[in-house]
Amino acid sequence: MMYRSVFPRDVLAELDRLQREMQQAFHISPSIRGIARGGFPAMNVGGTPQAVEIYAFAPGIDPASLDVQIEKGVLTIAGERQLEQPGGEATVHIDERFAGRFRRVVTLPDDVDPNAVEAKYVDGVLRISIGRRESAQPRRITIE
Amino acid sequence: MSDNSSVKKQAAREEAALLPPVDVIEDSAGITLYADLPGVAKERLALHVEADTLTIEGEIALDMPQSMVASHTEVSLPRYRRVFTLSKELDATRVSAEFKSGVLKLSIPKAEHAQPRKIDVKLL
Repeated sequence: MMYRSVFPRDVLAELDRLQREMQQAFHISPSIRGIARGGFPAMNVGGTPQAVEIYAFAPGIDPASLDVQIEKGVLTIAGERQLEQPGGEATVHIDERFAGRFRRVVTLPDDVDPNAVEAKYVDGVLRISIGRRESAQPRRITIE
Repeated sequence: MSDNSSVKKQAAREEAALLPPVDVIEDSAGITLYADLPGVAKERLALHVEADTLTIEGEIALDMPQSMVASHTEVSLPRYRRVFTLSKELDATRVSAEFKSGVLKLSIPKAEHAQPRKIDVKLL
């Protein structure tokens, strides 16, 4: 496992992870990139007729260090999360938060316009809005 | 008519919530707790210390367009909650908190009487 579960003590998340690992073991994953659940950052994806909205839950990261790229219809979010290191005399009782490098990839729909991208980082959530092409927007057809 | 107000109240308090991942580190001065609460604004974070129970709660507020239809959801609930039991040697009255980019840092110092002391071992 490359990534730790986002909410590791959540029983449902653990079941999800188990299901994913089973699917990977039997090569029946429906998507070529597997089911990306349980990675860091956690992601929510949605769409409106005008844009595709991607929310990446990546708390405690310097937005300047994030690498967001769109290439051939694939969005990649990569970066590194460095946590404060405890001093020598300290004892770590619970260690659940993700640390280290991460990379997540999302396949975008065909109708997005890679030149109409906006990215914001607010309260630890990276929001990426990618506009859809003008020609792909729904149009009302008037009947004469 | 049956009165189910107490049941309702209970249900409201037990609303489903995500369990935020935390790191807990202890040194001689006290305990430092870090919690990941992405999507929570400062005003929507609530910290309570009651007797020896520490509760961390936060509401996720994302700026979402009205017409948005979700197609993939990993963060499926709009709130976080996690409860910890503090031990006696911690001074819950002097807890300090910092919250930045979705990361909460809580420092809970140890009470004066619990600060480390070297114990001399006498040979008899």
